[in-house]
Amino acid sequence: MTTFEAILLTIVTASTPLLIAALGELVTERSGVLNLGVEGMMAMGAACSFAAAVSFDSTLLGVLAGVLAGAMMAALFALVVLGFAANQVGSGLALTIFGLGLSGLVGAPFVGARRDPIPPIDIPGLSDIPYVGRLFFEQDLFVYVSFALTILIALYLTRTRSGLTLRSIGENHTSANALGLPVLRTRFLAILFGGACAGLAGAYLALVYTRFWSPGMTAGRGWIALALVVFAAWRPGWLLIGAYIFGAATVLQLHAQAAQFGVPSQMLSAVPYLATIIALLLLSLRHGRAIGAPGSLGAPFVPDR
Amino acid sequence: MRFELTPRATVSPVARTLAPVAAFVTAFLIAGFVIWLMGRSPIAAFDVYVLQPLSDPWSLQELLVKATPLALIAIGLSYCFRANLWNIGAEGQYVMGAVLGGWLALRTHGTDAGFWVLPLMLLLGIVGGALYGLIPAFLKTRFNVNEILTSLMLVYVAQLTLDYLVRGPWRDPQGFNFPQSVTFDPAATLPPIVEAGRVHYGFVFAVIAVLVTAVVLGRTLFGYRLKLTGDAPRAARFAGFSSKVTALSVFAISGGLAGLAGISEVSGQIGQLQPSISPGYGFTAITVAFLGRLHPVGILIAALVVALTFIGGESAQILLKLPLDLTQAFQGILLLCVLAADALVSYRIRLVARGGGK
Repeated sequence: MTTFEAILLTIVTASTPLLIAALGELVTERSGVLNLGVEGMMAMGAACSFAAAVSFDSTLLGVLAGVLAGAMMAALFALVVLGFAANQVGSGLALTIFGLGLSGLVGAPFVGARRDPIPPIDIPGLSDIPYVGRLFFEQDLFVYVSFALTILIALYLTRTRSGLTLRSIGENHTSANALGLPVLRTRFLAILFGGACAGLAGAYLALVYTRFWSPGMTAGRGWIALALVVFAAWRPGWLLIGAYIFGAATVLQLHAQAAQFGVPSQMLSAVPYLATIIALLLLSLRHGRAIGAPGSLGAPFVPDR
Repeated sequence: MRFELTPRATVSPVARTLAPVAAFVTAFLIAGFVIWLMGRSPIAAFDVYVLQPLSDPWSLQELLVKATPLALIAIGLSYCFRANLWNIGAEGQYVMGAVLGGWLALRTHGTDAGFWVLPLMLLLGIVGGALYGLIPAFLKTRFNVNEILTSLMLVYVAQLTLDYLVRGPWRDPQGFNFPQSVTFDPAATLPPIVEAGRVHYGFVFAVIAVLVTAVVLGRTLFGYRLKLTGDAPRAARFAGFSSKVTALSVFAISGGLAGLAGISEVSGQIGQLQPSISPGYGFTAITVAFLGRLHPVGILIAALVVALTFIGGESAQILLKLPLDLTQAFQGILLLCVLAADALVSYRIRLVARGGGK
């Protein structure tokens, strides 16, 4: 494998957790709920998946634990913002603070443990295509899942009755409620799905990306995933492109750090965060305002009667 | 089974005051349950977290020391939150205040510069925080970029900047390669209020900020403008209040106060610049602002209460071997409970069986 191929491979690994977490948040936001707790849910997903994987020596159980942890965190968020109609921005922040703290408690006994890499799955024939073959068709299962999720979510949102219901609830919950659509139930499921995805992304970080656990290992990826949803104008296809641009930026700055160009490493570490701000700025410059945002995004729903 | 919310016709002021208290008790019960799950005694933890710090004079001083940055930052945030603007980057503004103010301390180090150093440092701290806070505000008002994400991303950038400075150009040459600056001169040190005490003048700044804010919010046109912008943005526009001017001013105020908190902490408490100068005050202050119901006096009380969890957390780590992360988890749960309690004040909530009601 050439160095170039190796770099491309790490880009796929860096982009996959961003893509998975952002896809979940996209579905949540399309239903009209803004969950700023992605970072916290992801941290819990990482800690719980690693704890379970080490304890039971099973990657599968680890992944399940991560998904479950993310979904349970999301359920807590749903209770507060749907059950109590509490402020979504504040509650999401609280969920992040809570998740970062709790993940520290869960992960602490497992500091220093390591997991073996997950064997890649080779798709015969396709993986022999030069360059692209090895890159996209000899990957771990998560990568395939992230591609499948992108396509399935795109189809779900545009081609299914349930997906259209979810979008109409996100656009205008008052009208949707008047039509008899189940606003709160749909939103509850969308929030759970978002949490499960964030948990899966966290599991990927702990079990594939680093293969160890350390406090604060999500390092703002949950927030970048949130920015990606805005950047992608709430469309799954654009999310795929955005996640890979950001993954590439992350990996290239790591290689630049290793190459020691004489630029301070902190400046390069700041690249993903600055890139997020610049991307959001460029998007606004082009369109004047955030395009594609669901109409009821972030507004609590209390039915009139 | 589902929840059913009905808006209350009148909101009693008693309920409004009691809601944060109820939230705090609920959060405590949840934390106790978690500690019990971890196989420890919740009662022993309560003793270490709450009773011991409150019965020890040294801890009581420490309480004021920790409450100082929390109160200063949260007071500033209350301006933003009242206007329905989300500055969640106070941690970064705090760091940048410390950096700009600390720059003067290092610049004048070893010279016989006089009494003017400290006031100018504090001023630079305010300016540094305010300018850093104005970045997301400017991006929002000029280009309509979401302030939540930009203000948060800038936290990471600020922390990396400080990290670079204290490991690189600002490192103490005689510091055995430790990543920290020289210790500030006495002229650049914020003195304690009482001789040989722990509490520095930052606490006085916090009290002044509380009093000024109480007057501004209750007695001035600007206070009315914030309330109107937050509660009824359309009405505010018709009244001729520019939402851009409002956004820029509240971000400058909250950034400035966070910057003041940063430089006060560095010059009054830490005494030098180092890679980490905050255990997350900027984020915890969000909890403090809501726990204090965005009211200046409420925020001061909330800052003291939440400072207790920091001190209790530190002693619980030593005495009970409970990880420090428990404190952060508690602060998150506390904020969730506070926000949920707000809903209980304005809505009547009933649990109904599926199919019932409607």
